[in-house]
Amino acid sequence: MIRQHLAILQVMLPMLCAPLCVFARRPVIAWLIATAATLFALAGSFILFAQALNAGVISYHLGGWAPPWGIEFRLDAANSFVLIIVSLVGAVCMIYGRDSIPREIKSSDQPLFYTMMMLCFSGMLGVTSTGDAFNLFVFLEIFSLSSYVLVAMGAGSDRRALTAAFTYLLLGTIGATFFVIGLGFIYVLTGTLNMADIAVRIAGMSGSGTLHVGFAFIIVGIGLKLAIFPLHLWLPNAYTHAPSVVTALLAGTSTKVALYALLRMLYTVFSPDLPFEALILHYLFLPLGLTAVFVASIIALFQSDVKRLLAWSSIAQSGYFLLGVSFANIGGLTATLVHMFNHAIMKSSLFLAVGCVVYRTGSCSVASFRGLGQKMPWTMSAFVIGGLSMIGVPATVGFVSKWYLVLAALERGWWPVAFAIVAGSLLALFYFGRVIEAAYLQPSPENSAVTEAPVSMLAPLWALTISCLALGINSELTVSTARAAAEALLAPHAGLPAHMGP
Amino acid sequence: MVNAFTSSIGHFNYWASVLLMTSGIYIVLSRGNLIKKIIGLNLFQVSVFMLFISMGKVTGGTAPILTGRHEIFSNPLPHVLILTAIVVGVATTAIGLALVVRIKYAYGTIEEDEILALDLAREQMDARAQ
Amino acid sequence: MMNGLTPELALALTLLLPGIGAVLIGAADRFSVLRDAISLLAATALSTMVLALLLNHLAGGSAQIQLTPLVQGLPIFLLTEPIGLVFATLASVLWVVITVYSIGYMRKNDEPRQTRFYICFAIAMACTMGVAFAGNLITLFLFYELLTLSTYPLVVHYETDAARHAGRVYLGVLLSTSILFLLPAIIWTWSLTGTLDFVKGGMLTGKIEGPQAALLFALYLFGTGKAALMPFHRWLPAAMAAPTPVSAFLHAVAVVKAGVFTLLKVGVYIFGTSFLSAMNVGEWMMWVSAFSLIAATIVALRKDDLKLRLAYSTIAQLAYVTLGVSLASVMGMVGGIVQLVAHAFGKITLFMCAGAIYLASGKTKISDMRGLGRVMPFTFGAFLLASLSIIGVPPTGGAWSKWFLMIGAAESGHLVMIGVWILASLLSIAYLIPLAARGFFLPLTGQEDRPQPQGQEVSLIGKPGLQEAPLWCVAPACLTAALSVLIYFAGPAIAGFVLPALRP
Repeated sequence: MIRQHLAILQVMLPMLCAPLCVFARRPVIAWLIATAATLFALAGSFILFAQALNAGVISYHLGGWAPPWGIEFRLDAANSFVLIIVSLVGAVCMIYGRDSIPREIKSSDQPLFYTMMMLCFSGMLGVTSTGDAFNLFVFLEIFSLSSYVLVAMGAGSDRRALTAAFTYLLLGTIGATFFVIGLGFIYVLTGTLNMADIAVRIAGMSGSGTLHVGFAFIIVGIGLKLAIFPLHLWLPNAYTHAPSVVTALLAGTSTKVALYALLRMLYTVFSPDLPFEALILHYLFLPLGLTAVFVASIIALFQSDVKRLLAWSSIAQSGYFLLGVSFANIGGLTATLVHMFNHAIMKSSLFLAVGCVVYRTGSCSVASFRGLGQKMPWTMSAFVIGGLSMIGVPATVGFVSKWYLVLAALERGWWPVAFAIVAGSLLALFYFGRVIEAAYLQPSPENSAVTEAPVSMLAPLWALTISCLALGINSELTVSTARAAAEALLAPHAGLPAHMGP
Repeated sequence: MVNAFTSSIGHFNYWASVLLMTSGIYIVLSRGNLIKKIIGLNLFQVSVFMLFISMGKVTGGTAPILTGRHEIFSNPLPHVLILTAIVVGVATTAIGLALVVRIKYAYGTIEEDEILALDLAREQMDARAQ
Repeated sequence: MMNGLTPELALALTLLLPGIGAVLIGAADRFSVLRDAISLLAATALSTMVLALLLNHLAGGSAQIQLTPLVQGLPIFLLTEPIGLVFATLASVLWVVITVYSIGYMRKNDEPRQTRFYICFAIAMACTMGVAFAGNLITLFLFYELLTLSTYPLVVHYETDAARHAGRVYLGVLLSTSILFLLPAIIWTWSLTGTLDFVKGGMLTGKIEGPQAALLFALYLFGTGKAALMPFHRWLPAAMAAPTPVSAFLHAVAVVKAGVFTLLKVGVYIFGTSFLSAMNVGEWMMWVSAFSLIAATIVALRKDDLKLRLAYSTIAQLAYVTLGVSLASVMGMVGGIVQLVAHAFGKITLFMCAGAIYLASGKTKISDMRGLGRVMPFTFGAFLLASLSIIGVPPTGGAWSKWFLMIGAAESGHLVMIGVWILASLLSIAYLIPLAARGFFLPLTGQEDRPQPQGQEVSLIGKPGLQEAPLWCVAPACLTAALSVLIYFAGPAIAGFVLPALRP
């Protein structure tokens, strides 16, 4: 019974837990409910992934209505892989939140905070699971609306969180609306909203102007959520001023979910074989990706706030995603998915480490990191490992990502791009170097009584750090999984029911 | 020429949407008042609702109620979709307004330039403190 | 092998022993004597293991360990082979020497953060062993990078502004070159051949040719920033901000040697000498190396700071090896390997002497050092012997490396390179010998020699005037100086040991 409905359950359970958290009143109980729900989702996503690998595609019909009329949850290796990323980072952040959240949010607001966390979490799982394009929009908005609120919750410590959330809301809504407009055009053209069905129907329509316009709106819309380079303006402020847990969660999952939506659109609904998409990939995504890597990394060099520095680094990393996508081959896609997973792990662990510093020092400026190497050895060594991973030192997951990205670029014969990828990761050396140097080689301010963060925060942080190392030393698991996911994305019509054919 | 004219007039619903859409976006981008920004955002969303609903209209069609008296029906699906989208839009507006209220409490203003000036002053103070 | 100690176990222990040592050193933080003893013990145990592996290899055995795949199809792979064994033996023996010296130096100088110092030494040693025994390029790259990171705390030991700056240059240059050039070169090789295992005779034949091959070769040469080929040499002088044992360690045991070792491995096992010479791949890099050689020598001449002069001397001596690799002849490679050994013994002696001089007199400038040989005859004697080895005067180890390198140049028909070497050797006489000569023959600064009547000269070196550095510092220097003479007699044996791996 549970196994049969697992696809919907793991989205709905967090959603149902959201009102429960409101009623819980006591923060601890709300935390317990929320943590239980995320752990359930984590277990569920592993089971679903195993099922999807076995069966190829899991198709769940909501309310028993058959697609394309009813809404379908359609899980293959690709999105069940993303489910694992989302629920993994979600679970880690939730456990970490027990001690971190009371520091940043007053206790009367905490149950509401968990409510929003649950909605956000459920929205992200929904975006990932659904096979229906409009349903995707709805879940996208559930997760976006709740994340605006989550960012605004940082107002307890800094009022700038409010303006950050407001800008995020404006741009996020414009993005979502663009997505709907695009969907409208596609719907006019095909008369269907089921993504697999759309894919079949637009196969012969590559010359249609309506299709082009729809495609453009959809890509820009998702691009805003993903913070693709020129559409990234909301991200630095939102990440900087949100509570630490929220930043870690958003950095680890929200862009990944948006990236998944982009991949789904580019590779399943549309196809890189369509001439206009090939053009966009090559002449838009490639240069934008490269620009993002360099411009954002260089901006990161000049940040004095570590959270903001990491936010800019995230934008630079989204450039790598774009590069991987623009290769439009199995190698590039595998690299993107590997990097998606790896980046979720390392960036979340970095933000969690910064969260520990904020917990103890109340600030996350580079200056407040001075001397922390001695005072908070565990936190800082996790930060160093995360940083090394971002630089791409071997035996960390970052190296694996970079390896496959460069390999994919070489497969295409794109020399300068391969070189740019390594050059971009080198910039990470300089911006992380600054923080690490401050932590280890500068004396801490006098009479500072900073001590190590509590174990309840260190444990989730180190869980991520250890997986960052373990999966870097043995990448067999992530890479083969990502390859399966990439194959699933590139083979959209597998397992399509007969009545959905053209 | 005439053909082009009629075909563009024939799609006047698109023109209306485009007009609303661009004015909405323009308001969001150009106005400094946060409430006005939200109004612009609303306008922008509404234009999309109009677009969808008008797309579902079939000339001469009625509401799809199966009474046997009518043969042609409008497509009901866009209406349903937009019902959902309206709900999303209302929620967005609610959150946006709530944020504006909090911003008013925190900053004492809802003008973007004044908020930026306050933030800048604060940052400079922080920088000097270090 | 001996009861219970299989070659595989010994191979694993070469990495584990320094690792365990690092943990124990950390645990013995409070008890400085115990901590130093553990360092020494770990070093001795390691060299025993490496010697066991060497004997095992001489007896015809071999060992290999395969661990998890770092990326798909590329496992972490350890293997014993002649060049690696030469390097490992060299590094592990010198680790013992440098540990003895460090104990003396750090105690006499009352240095801060000694525990961290010894921990990083041990970890760097484990990484060096990883580099030495790497069975494929990816493993080598892994340990190469970890070596950079583990030596960074040594370079910034003093945590002053100067040290921080040095650390930035050190990490910046080494990581930049390896990430920008070496990694793409490795991935390129992988995408060409589908393997990164070190194969006898190379594996690029028929896979790449023309300018592309030359580009790949250049990527490897510049990518190995540890080999300090100009213009990527800045980190070496910068790293002189560290305590002297660290300089000795960087130059003779770990970092620099890992760099040229990487080049030799790439030249021998990835390109292969026959491929290199057939494709004329190294033509350009040969001139770059020659330039680096002469330029660094000239810079060394102009440096008054002893450690800086030695640093530039190292850059020049490393260019000998890159030049040897670029020559693409078997004897050039052999020369490179012998140079690796001879230079290690010579340079470690020179640095230990520089440290001893600093400990005993507090002097770092060469111009201040005249006459010191009279009060520190052992240190200056060792310095003189090591200088002769660096210059390449028989009977010291350096003579063989130059000999083989010149034969290599003749073999490949680049006779002009022989001229380059001769010029460089002559110049190195000019920057090394005056120090020793002025040390012995001139009086101390501010003193004058009274004229002695003919037939009644007395020795200016006498027991009462001695002001030597502590025994722990002088003895290792004298030992390595003696060893660099011994290398002269071992030169042909080393060449004979590695030749089977080089001949196609």
